[in-house]
Amino acid sequence: MTFVAHGASHADSADAAIALPPSPPAWKWLGSRIMTFCLVEIQKIRHDRTELLTRAIQPALWLLIFGETFDRLHAIPTGHIDYLDFLTPGILAQSGMFVAVFYGIQVIWERDAGVLAKLLVTPTPRAALVTGKAFAASIRAFSQVIVILVLARILGVHFTANPLFLLAAALAVVLGSAFFATLSLTIAGLAMTRERLMGIGQAITMPLFFASNALYPVALMPPWIRAFSVINPLSYEVNALRRLLLGTPGNLLVDFSVLLFALVLGVTVAAAILPRLVR
Amino acid sequence: MSTAPVPGPAIECSGLRYRFGDHVAVDGVDLAVRSGEMFGLLGPNGAGKTTTIRILTTLLPVVEGEARILGLDVSQSPMQARRLVGYVPQQLSADGQLTGRENVAMFARLFDVPRRERADRVDEVLHVMNLDDAADRVASTFSGGMVRRLELAQALVNRPRVLILDEPTIGLDPVGRDTVWDRLRLLQADGITVLITTHYMEEAEELCDRVSLMHRGRIRAVGTPTDLEARLGPEATLEDVFRFYAGDSLEEGGELRDVRSTRRVARRLG
Repeated sequence: MTFVAHGASHADSADAAIALPPSPPAWKWLGSRIMTFCLVEIQKIRHDRTELLTRAIQPALWLLIFGETFDRLHAIPTGHIDYLDFLTPGILAQSGMFVAVFYGIQVIWERDAGVLAKLLVTPTPRAALVTGKAFAASIRAFSQVIVILVLARILGVHFTANPLFLLAAALAVVLGSAFFATLSLTIAGLAMTRERLMGIGQAITMPLFFASNALYPVALMPPWIRAFSVINPLSYEVNALRRLLLGTPGNLLVDFSVLLFALVLGVTVAAAILPRLVR
Repeated sequence: MSTAPVPGPAIECSGLRYRFGDHVAVDGVDLAVRSGEMFGLLGPNGAGKTTTIRILTTLLPVVEGEARILGLDVSQSPMQARRLVGYVPQQLSADGQLTGRENVAMFARLFDVPRRERADRVDEVLHVMNLDDAADRVASTFSGGMVRRLELAQALVNRPRVLILDEPTIGLDPVGRDTVWDRLRLLQADGITVLITTHYMEEAEELCDRVSLMHRGRIRAVGTPTDLEARLGPEATLEDVFRFYAGDSLEEGGELRDVRSTRRVARRLG
């Protein structure tokens, strides 16, 4: 049994010229790292599905209690769309965001357990590690979104059955959740402890949620909240979901461009800050 | 950027210096580990062992001095250097939510082990670490010794030329420690270059071809355990050598972080 790299012998490995393994092209390792971290997340979900169900309770309550009640009240003008239909894309986006915003806790646990140090010692550029982790978080968020979609259908929400539109909606959830995961990784790199991350996470999730178009149309907001909603990526995710699932008017190019730009920015900042966790 | 490798020791540090604020953690370390040897880095808590290892594994930047793995400057070619190194940190770092096999397969993917070889390579290292029967159990059910062997399997799956182990038997019971030692002896026989930090003199004596005593960021002595003992006197043990170079600072060394880390390991082991 030997562990030596192909074509080398240990005894003289330092004296001989080292045959370095060829580095794969950038697109290949980025894709490979995203796939790896997503696969790991799927394996974890498969081993323990309880979190998937318990985390679905809160968004389910939003639909069941808040949604049903306001649907009857007709207090929020949503045009020709039922309020429950209007609310569903907002709750889908919110549920993904809530999962992703606290994903940094897992990374802090990985820091404490030495897992993060081992990951950083693999030939994985920091940006690829952050991108992989962000998409892994979005896998967890997406699996929860499926539970919410099923519940929404049971409650009689009308959304498209067009597979292409559903696929594009899935992409919007994945991009949005991945962005919020990079935000969480950035906070993890700054906060350094689970407790602080929990506090900051709780402090930002509600403002992000309420200052978006998830619960009510932007036109109803006071001007200063409306201004915030313009720079809030959650609003663009909700816009894209409403356009794709309900067929409301919107500009998908703008929505997806903003989500993509936010994700690239999030990856760049988080990749610069994440190594602080292991120093 | 690519740096052409040059002949020389498997691991080499020269004039390595690293500060955390005003505290000099590594203070001009010169170190050369020969190819194929098992080299022990000994010293009290806070001596600078882990910081040195963190620089060698690219977790910390090279601020002053040089660090090379098989001739590769780790600051110039970190990605290539990482491909040559297997690393096991101080904490028990397997992911408890994944099975043993999934833990190893993740690192096979991250090290770009070709898909057609991946499954065989994972099976091979699990077999060598005597984990065949436990491979499909989640790692949270493993004992401390099994987790350590699983981590060795993770570190070996890319067939590294150099293995770096930070306190590999800390917190393990004697049985767990013996099983880890057995596996390390296998690697030793196979000729892998191993850099190991430890607090346990018995471990250093048992496993290491050469050791260095590190204290307050500096290398105080280097040699085979036998040579270092002989320098002190005919009855001297490696523990005497340790006390001679570390002095009475054993109690004052270390940081809260070291204590926390050790307690975390102890908690994870139950």
